[in-house]
Amino acid sequence: MSKQDSSFLIRRIHSLLGVIPLGVFLVQHLVVNHFATRGEEEFNTAAGFMANLPFVIFLEIFVIYLPILFHGIYGIYIAFTANYKYGYPSTFRNISFLLQRVSGVLAFIFIAIHVYQTRVQVFLGHDLDFDLVADIVANPLWLVFYIVGILATVYHFANGLWSFMITWGITQSDRAQKYMGYASLLVFIVVSVIGIQAILAFI
Amino acid sequence: MADNKVIKINIKRQENPESSPYWEEFEVGYRENMNVISALMEIQRNPVNSKGDKTTPVTWDMNCLEEVCGACSMVINGTARQSCTALIDQFEQPIKLEPMSTFPIVKDLQVDRSFMFDNLKRVQAWVPIDGTHDLGPGPRMPEKKRQTAYELSKCMSCGVCLEVCPNVNDKSSFMGAAAISQVRLFNLHPTGSMNKDERLDALMGVGGIAECGMAQNCVEACPQGIPLTTSIAAMQRETTFHMFKSFFGSDHQVD
Repeated sequence: MSKQDSSFLIRRIHSLLGVIPLGVFLVQHLVVNHFATRGEEEFNTAAGFMANLPFVIFLEIFVIYLPILFHGIYGIYIAFTANYKYGYPSTFRNISFLLQRVSGVLAFIFIAIHVYQTRVQVFLGHDLDFDLVADIVANPLWLVFYIVGILATVYHFANGLWSFMITWGITQSDRAQKYMGYASLLVFIVVSVIGIQAILAFI
Repeated sequence: MADNKVIKINIKRQENPESSPYWEEFEVGYRENMNVISALMEIQRNPVNSKGDKTTPVTWDMNCLEEVCGACSMVINGTARQSCTALIDQFEQPIKLEPMSTFPIVKDLQVDRSFMFDNLKRVQAWVPIDGTHDLGPGPRMPEKKRQTAYELSKCMSCGVCLEVCPNVNDKSSFMGAAAISQVRLFNLHPTGSMNKDERLDALMGVGGIAECGMAQNCVEACPQGIPLTTSIAAMQRETTFHMFKSFFGSDHQVD
């Protein structure tokens, strides 16, 4: 990287981290939480397994916390240096551009609160179990907040996959980008269903 | 045609780069096949606004009058386009004329597009052929490549793609689609490609290709129908390869 600027590398890292590890972690996290649909016991076993992985604190720091902080903080910078053109021209992609930024900021706020309500509480001595989440979503306002947060995060991930494919130069033609659009819609639907079923299982 | 038919035109005016903009309405006598420029010329001839007050003539940029030079771009009824091909009959009245908002305003509808030209210079959007001796004919260009390059060569640097881009603004230094597409054009050229690493390095700087937000407004708005988003994706691919090849102090330059 002799003659090139670091800003290019930073943007590419930002794009990569969104999918690996964050996207992978998001799907894995929602799939593990989906154990809740099979009952309290099943969830406690699965969550207990994840929480007791060897070197879990290092996994958390390098696979989750640092990537999220980098992706989130740099993402907020990106979101606030845009100047959205309202309906001009009003295309699907122009609206997606706005939603990607709005959902990103929403997801960052949601994740911060979610980490405080769960991981920080466990760190402070609360048991990691079904009731930890069940007590939160017993309040309908928190439940709505969680559903909105999950949908925003999943949308950001699915639409981010579409732009990831362009950023790395994988989808080039209009056709390739269109089919990737369908694929990312499918990802949004499937992962949303998993996430919503999981959170509703805690009621 | 009735002789007393009038066209109502609302123009967003600004005396100089520092002063604040204001709207002024004009009424111009209708003639058949008028375009926005000929209406503006009427105002220039008789600078009287719709209230009947004498005012200063409206300033705008123009040159070729056939949508080839790109100088007369402005925002007409909310859409950025060239005013020379904007036929009066196609618009709802009053016709709203505004300068493009991405560029600094010089006066009235005239803007300073230097930002775009500076970026074209930065990415070296040309084929260097000057030397101390005759270099002879360059390599032949494959026909398929020529066809792709021809589409890209239609760019007239009008600035419409920058005007509609959410990421080209005061808060960012993103160069916009025009310069990126020109890198693709000159990297396709057999002689031009001898300097492609320099253009890719320039694309990978601050304000370069990585700052594209993929709103894809540029390709919708381009008056020449240039496949700008394909160009950007193609250059994303090239810069990705260029980055990997340049890793860890590699002396990779041109293939």
